[in-house]
Amino acid sequence: MRYTLMLYSNEADFADLPPEFIEEQLQVFGAYIGALQEAGVFVDTDWLQPTMTATTISMRGGSKMVQDGPFAETKEQLGGFFVIDVPDLDAALHWAERCPAAQYGLIEVRASAMPAGQM
Amino acid sequence: MTQTTRTIEARLSQIVRASHGRLVAVLASRSRDIAAAEDCVAEAYRLALEKWPIIGLPDNPEGWLMTVARNRMADRQKSHFNRTSTSLHDDNGEVMEIAVPANQETENVPDERLKLMFACAHPAIDETIRAPLIMQTVLGMEAAEIAKLFLVPTATMAQRLVRAKTKIRDAGIPFSIPDRTLWPERLEAVLEAIYGAYSAGLDDIAEITEDRGVEALFLADLLAVLLPEEAEALGLAALICFSASRAEAKLDAQGNFVPLDAQDPALWNSHFIARGAQCLSRAETLRAIGRFQLEAAIQSVHSDRRRSGVTNWQAIARLYEGLVALYPTSGVMVARAYAVSKNAGAKAGLKALHQIPADILAEFQPAQACLAALLAEAGDVAGAVTAYVKAISLSQDEQTRNYLRSLLDALPRPRSVA
Repeated sequence: MRYTLMLYSNEADFADLPPEFIEEQLQVFGAYIGALQEAGVFVDTDWLQPTMTATTISMRGGSKMVQDGPFAETKEQLGGFFVIDVPDLDAALHWAERCPAAQYGLIEVRASAMPAGQM
Repeated sequence: MTQTTRTIEARLSQIVRASHGRLVAVLASRSRDIAAAEDCVAEAYRLALEKWPIIGLPDNPEGWLMTVARNRMADRQKSHFNRTSTSLHDDNGEVMEIAVPANQETENVPDERLKLMFACAHPAIDETIRAPLIMQTVLGMEAAEIAKLFLVPTATMAQRLVRAKTKIRDAGIPFSIPDRTLWPERLEAVLEAIYGAYSAGLDDIAEITEDRGVEALFLADLLAVLLPEEAEALGLAALICFSASRAEAKLDAQGNFVPLDAQDPALWNSHFIARGAQCLSRAETLRAIGRFQLEAAIQSVHSDRRRSGVTNWQAIARLYEGLVALYPTSGVMVARAYAVSKNAGAKAGLKALHQIPADILAEFQPAQACLAALLAEAGDVAGAVTAYVKAISLSQDEQTRNYLRSLLDALPRPRSVA
C-alpha cells in the first residue's frame, strides 16, 4: 500500500536558523531517504517553502479565487511529505517514527485511496 | 416452529458464539474488510437456518458455514452479480453439494482470531471503541446489545463501529501478530479491550443469563489457548473464570444484588473456580507479575471461602498493596480501602480511602458507597447517610440503587415518621 507521511511543524521554530543547522538537517534527511531507498519503500518526497509564501486558489462556486497565504492559519503547518510503499499501517508507522521530522513535529500518516492500477 | 428447527436454531446459536470470531477473522484477514466478512458470515447463518432443517446438521457445521461464507466473499470480490447464487443453488433452488473441508482446517487457525483482536485493539483505533469492536467481531454481539452496555444510543454505537472497521480496512491496519518488541504496548491494549468487553458485557449484574458463563469461559479459553506463554493473558483468563463462577450467587431470588461478602459460596461454580486456579497457577510459573494476575489472585483468595468458610483479608489486603503500586486506578483504590478496613478496621480503611484525590472521591459511586459503609462502621451515622445518598445519586442502574437504598435504610438512625 502507498502511504503519505505528512510532516507538520511549528514554522516559528524554524525562522532565522543558521545555515549550519539547515546543512545538518539536509544531511539527516538525506540519510533517512537513503534508508528508505535501501529498504525499497521510497516513492517520493519534498520539502516545502514556508506558508508565508503560499498562494491558495479555488474555482469553487464557479469563479476563480486567488488568495495570498495558506487556506488555514494554524500553528502547525505542512512543511513536507514522504510517499512510501509498504505492506501495512504498522510498516508505515515504523518508518514515520524514524523520520527526522518526528523529533520536532507531528507526522500524519494516510493511506492512498487511489484504486490499484491507477498510478 | 418444529422441534427440528428449534434444535437447529439452538445448535446454530452455539456455533455462532464459538465460531463467529474465527469465521470473520479468516475471511477478513486478506482484504481487512471486517464489515464485508461479517455480512458474508451473516448470510451463511441465514442459509444454515434455512437449509439445515432440510439437509440435517452437517458433520462439520463450522466448516459448512466457512465454505458458504468464503464463497460469498469470493463472489463479492469478483463482483459478478450474476454469479452470486450459483455457487449454492441449482435451478431448483436445492442446495448443491458443498465441499466442506475436514475439521482441522478451521480448528487449526486459532491465531486468526488473535490477529483480528490485535487489529481491533491497534493503537490507531480509538481507545474507547476497541472493546466494543472486539465484542462485535470476535463474540458476534449486535451493535444494539453493545450500545446498551456502554450506555450510548444504538445509532451512535453502530456508527462508531462502522467507522472503526472502515479505518481498519482503508488505513491498512494489519491482521497480524505484531513483533515481540511491540507486545508490551499492543498486548496490553488487547487484554484491556477483552477485559472491557468482559466487564461491560458479561459481568453486568442486570443481565445475567445462563449463557453469560459460557461466553466468559469461551473468552478465558480463547486467551489461554492463544497466548499460553503470556502470564497476563492467563491472569485475565483466571480473573474471568473466578468472576464467572459467582454469576449464580450475585442475585437473590428477588433479583436483588448480593455483594461478594454476603454471597453463599455453595452457589459458586466449582468448575469455574478450578479452571481459574489452573490458569492462575500456570501464569505464576511464567514469573512475570502483572495487574490481571494480582486481580485474579485476590479473587482466588475470595474463592477459597468456599473451602475454608472464612475470607483471608490479610492476604487480600497485601495483594491490593501490590496492585495499587502497579495499577493505581480509582476502582482499585476503593477496593483496597475496603480490604484494609476488613483487615485492620474502619479507621485504617478510611485513611486508605482518602488517598483517592478528593474531587474523584466525591464523584465516584463505588468510592461513596465504600465511604458510607466505613463511616457507618466507624459510628459516624450522619456521615454515612450523606455518603449513601450521594452514592445513590451517582448510580446508573436500578439494582445498585436498590441495594444502596437497603443499606441506607438499615442504618441505625432515628426515623422520622411522615
